Amino acid sequence: MTVGLPHFLTIGAALFALGIFAMMTRRNAVALLMGVELILNGANVNFVAFARYVDGGVDGHLMAAFVIVLAAAEAAVGLAIVLAMFRNFGTVHVDTVNRLKR
Amino acid sequence: MLSENSILWTALSILLLPLLSYVIIFFFGKKLPRKGDWVGVTLLFASWIQALRIFVTFWRHGDPQFRVEGAVRWLDLGRFTADAGILVDGTTAVMLVVVTTVSMLVHLYSVGYMHGDRRYERFFAFLGFFTFSMMGIVLSNSLLLLYMFWELVGLASYLLIGFFFHKHSAANANKKAFLTNRVGDFGFFIGILILFTAYGTFNYLELFAHMQVAPIGGALLTWAGVGLFMGCIGKSAQAPLHIWLPDAMEGPTPVSALIHAATMVAAGVYMVARLQPLFDPSAMLVIAYVGSITAFLAATIAVVKTDIKKSLAYSTISQLGYMVMAMGVGVAGAGMFHLWTHAFFKALLFLGSGSVIHAVHTQEMPLMGGLRKKMPITFWTFAIATIAISGVPFFSGFYSKDAILAGALAFGWIDGHIVPFVLALLAAGFTAFYMFRMLFQTFFGKPRDMERYEHAHESPWTMALPLVFLAVLAIGSAGWKGPTDGWFGKFVAPYDMEMIVAQYGPAGHDVQAEAVHVEAETTEGHAAETQADEHAAVDPHAETPAAVHGGADEHAVAATHEGGHEGGHDVHHKAHNTAMILSILTAGLGILLAWLTYMRRIISAPAILARLPWVHKVLQNMYYFDELYAATVYRFTLWFSWLNGAFDRVVIDGIVNGAGYLTRVLSWFSGQIDKWVVDGLVNGVGAAIQVSGEGIRRVQTGRIQTYLVYVCFSILVLVLVFRAL
Repeated sequence: MTVGLPHFLTIGAALFALGIFAMMTRRNAVALLMGVELILNGANVNFVAFARYVDGGVDGHLMAAFVIVLAAAEAAVGLAIVLAMFRNFGTVHVDTVNRLKR
Repeated sequence: MLSENSILWTALSILLLPLLSYVIIFFFGKKLPRKGDWVGVTLLFASWIQALRIFVTFWRHGDPQFRVEGAVRWLDLGRFTADAGILVDGTTAVMLVVVTTVSMLVHLYSVGYMHGDRRYERFFAFLGFFTFSMMGIVLSNSLLLLYMFWELVGLASYLLIGFFFHKHSAANANKKAFLTNRVGDFGFFIGILILFTAYGTFNYLELFAHMQVAPIGGALLTWAGVGLFMGCIGKSAQAPLHIWLPDAMEGPTPVSALIHAATMVAAGVYMVARLQPLFDPSAMLVIAYVGSITAFLAATIAVVKTDIKKSLAYSTISQLGYMVMAMGVGVAGAGMFHLWTHAFFKALLFLGSGSVIHAVHTQEMPLMGGLRKKMPITFWTFAIATIAISGVPFFSGFYSKDAILAGALAFGWIDGHIVPFVLALLAAGFTAFYMFRMLFQTFFGKPRDMERYEHAHESPWTMALPLVFLAVLAIGSAGWKGPTDGWFGKFVAPYDMEMIVAQYGPAGHDVQAEAVHVEAETTEGHAAETQADEHAAVDPHAETPAAVHGGADEHAVAATHEGGHEGGHDVHHKAHNTAMILSILTAGLGILLAWLTYMRRIISAPAILARLPWVHKVLQNMYYFDELYAATVYRFTLWFSWLNGAFDRVVIDGIVNGAGYLTRVLSWFSGQIDKWVVDGLVNGVGAAIQVSGEGIRRVQTGRIQTYLVYVCFSILVLVLVFRAL
């Protein structure tokens, strides 16, 4: 059996779905960031797979590289927020931090 | 001797000086030294001098038809105009002297009598105000002005009767006086309105002239006369409206002397005398009967009164009855003469009684007695006044009363109404009796209350001087002859109607003017009033029948007696002698009885009264006049008030309450609609928005997971939708 495009797409969709699922179910801010990472990487898998099997160029790779950089930046900012959150509230559960709502 | 113009100015000053006194004392009295009593006395003295000047002028002029009139335009209301003016004639001159003399003496007397009163200056202010109003009545030349001053006098009387208003009885007495007078004034006003409606003028002389030329037909003239006379009934305290005068004695004694003895009560008599031509024979008959009945009733009541002032009050009513009767029987001159003499001796009696009251601090005669030695001046003056009022010959009261009785007797012989004369004669006897009873009880015998007797003393000179002055007048004010043949005839005589018609007659009355054949003269005379004297001379006597018998104002007796026509001269002469003998006899009898009863004690008054208990009871209760009013007018008023109250309660309140109830029911309905429909809509909209808001709000949970679920679900929906396309 040869490995073709559908396999990659399946893996991408699975990663995306797992990410979504993580974001929907977890209340831990760090876990949420991890979910986001999963979604981004699911997208990256799709970019690279389409570049390899459909386009043949490097456009998809390029886009994937951008996404990785963006993810790193996002993780840095996100973790900083989580850190500040913990310092201020003593917790990283997103739904217990609701002071503005009250 | 004053010129015509200066007579008017002098008269005006007599009117205004008391007003000035009132204004000064009322506003500045408290700040003036001695509280300003000297202002009142001085100004009244000036007023008195002015009155004397007018009096002397008329005396020297000697013509009772001489009159001066001056007026200024007062109201100008389209077709109707009214003048405010002064009419001075002989009658006025006499009255001016009466009022100013008594008023001045009362001012002087009050300085002593009211000494130390808390409202001393207010008293003098009111006296000035009264004198001013009274002068207005005396001087006014039209009914409108007369009515105005008439009411002002009523007000002044009200203020002065209630001067001691902290006393309950005084506060009631002034209300009674005012209200009783209002009843009379009501008739007076109707009389004025009848005359004004008929002739369109208020001026006396114009009214007389109109009435000569065109008398009002039928009974209306009588009613006008009776209406005017009602004013006199009220003001001059004639039966049946005399009830206020005895109560008015609650006022300070100087007030009783000034207002309720000498001047104000004489206003009614003066008014009737001055308006003689306006009364037709029927009205005159009413006047004669009312006057004589009053004279008799009041004289009998005075006999049983023990309060010295009350007794004098009834005496006043009785004497006023004489004057009024004189007007009725057509001897107005004699009535005015009696007014003149009576003013002095009655003022003297009141001031003397005031002096006594001042000394013994009681008004009850049974508590006095023997004061003759303690108060010689008061005693002698009081005795002179008593002799004068009783009708003892050669004192002033004799001449005037005699003239009235003679007039009444002549009236009885000619017109067949002898009742007034009989009543008046009886009243004369009673007068002599009760006056001497008063004199004996007060000044003679043994003192009945030693404590009061010891305390008694003669009054200060301010009180004694007016007494002496008035005593001189009480003796000599009549002169030595009757009203027509003596000096008084120069002042008071019946109006010369031909002269007045010529001078004041209506210009445009063609029909009536033809009827009396004076058309040319009247129009011409009216055009040039200054030449009136000549016209009066030119005017043929026989051609004005209205003046002799058609005018229906001059009484037959008046014409015969006062005018001195040959026809009734014998009758009058006989009447005069008969009346004189009878009046001397009755007066002597009255005095003798009083002497026997109260000095010699041969006749026992209690024994007689015990024999006739009902007579005493009726007299003590003053013929039950007050009870009569209580049973009729008073009860009717209460009943009528109750009726009105019931009408108010049932009908008016019913309508109001019904309207209120209806409004309430309608409001309730309106409220229900508001509550359920309008509010329902408003609340419904609000509630709908709230409910939907509540629902929609739940979408915004603020939790990222929820939004993520929405996003995923929405994408799923979109994918499903667009896949189908």
